[in-house]
Amino acid sequence: MSAALLELLETSSTATETDLAATLRERTAAALGETADLLQDDDLQTALFLAYELRYSGLRGIDDAWEWHPEVLALCASIELEFEKALRERAPMPELPAPGVESVAAALFELTGADTGPSVSRYMAKKATDEQAHEFLILRSIYQLKEADPHSWAIPRLRSRAKAALVEIQADEYGGGRFDRMHSELFARTMRGVGLDATNGHYVDAVPAITLASSNMMTMFGAHRRLRGAIAGHLAAFEMTSSQPNRLYGNGFRRLGYNADVTFYFDEHVEADAVHEQIAARDLAGSLATDEPELLQDVFFGAAAGLYVDGLAGAQQLDAWTAGTSALRAVDTASLPA
Amino acid sequence: MTEPDNQPANQPAKRFDDQWDDHPAAGADEPVSITAYPNGPLLVRGTFEILTPTGEVIPPRRKTVALCRCGVSTLKPFCDGSHKAIGFRTEPEPPAPQPPLPA
Repeated sequence: MSAALLELLETSSTATETDLAATLRERTAAALGETADLLQDDDLQTALFLAYELRYSGLRGIDDAWEWHPEVLALCASIELEFEKALRERAPMPELPAPGVESVAAALFELTGADTGPSVSRYMAKKATDEQAHEFLILRSIYQLKEADPHSWAIPRLRSRAKAALVEIQADEYGGGRFDRMHSELFARTMRGVGLDATNGHYVDAVPAITLASSNMMTMFGAHRRLRGAIAGHLAAFEMTSSQPNRLYGNGFRRLGYNADVTFYFDEHVEADAVHEQIAARDLAGSLATDEPELLQDVFFGAAAGLYVDGLAGAQQLDAWTAGTSALRAVDTASLPA
Repeated sequence: MTEPDNQPANQPAKRFDDQWDDHPAAGADEPVSITAYPNGPLLVRGTFEILTPTGEVIPPRRKTVALCRCGVSTLKPFCDGSHKAIGFRTEPEPPAPQPPLPA
């Protein structure tokens, strides 16, 4: 059905538009009905990713007007409905604390500290080959080339202390207003430093559905005011599980012989995310849950969903690497053991 | 605070960040704040300098910095999140319940 979406977006004739839209609706409904696992469905996650990309950098050769076209919005809504349902059913929720800055921050630190899943960062530090390190960057590029953007949707959707806290974090993500210090730009420099193409979207076809799902989840949380609790919780959990892994990623690239041009992105995140996690846990998530206690549940849903999806993605990546195969999608089928 | 119109024409336009270089006390109306985050670092906001023991300025990489107070950061004086790994506590644990005194 992602092919049907592209066919619709590429048409310039209003006569065929109606037919193509009907086909797309039909195929989307069928795909949603038939999918064994929406989080692992390449077709549905690709379609949602493409539709969302119209809201970010756009799609080459596609009219920007499609961003707000009712057919595209309806496509997003139909996938989002099932996507959110799957995340709510599957992400393991912790026991909710009382709404308060201290209690929410403490519970978030406990939740993220208990995350003892398989560790991509330890593997990267100690074992990853140069080829696996390239795959690592390709997988990360889906989000990191637009790092911080999905959470920025929440800025106009928040008020009061939570808004100020989010702006303080995001300003740092965007390099304090310096282009060459923007985290997305630092990541692009890392990619170029190992010889990869840092053009936004270049590797979309090479990554598995779960990597697209991770990015799509953030856009869904960020772009719906109703889910502002979830995007706040997501950012908190993301920042709280970031500084130590980034130290290990940096060590991995140093072990493989790369210089500061390549490792600066990771080293920068060790320091930055140690700041951000404090602000995100207390001043963003804690304040939000205190000021709007009805959002408490969603703050923890966003955190739990982020940990769950990224845990699945990490486990798949490690499984592929330890089995001696590629963690990428295109290469995956070609290099299956005979 | 210098208004852009008052700048001599032969000087390059000021960038936003330059106001901090020119006016070390620019934060005078907004004093430096240090916030102690429970079981974590000290967050410093405002206009400030961090110096080495010999008086050299440690260039800040961001406007809000987190200073280590658990002692195990690998980036001292900055925090690297290590306090979580060692279970660093800033708040005293609630006292364990005492056995009742013998009558």
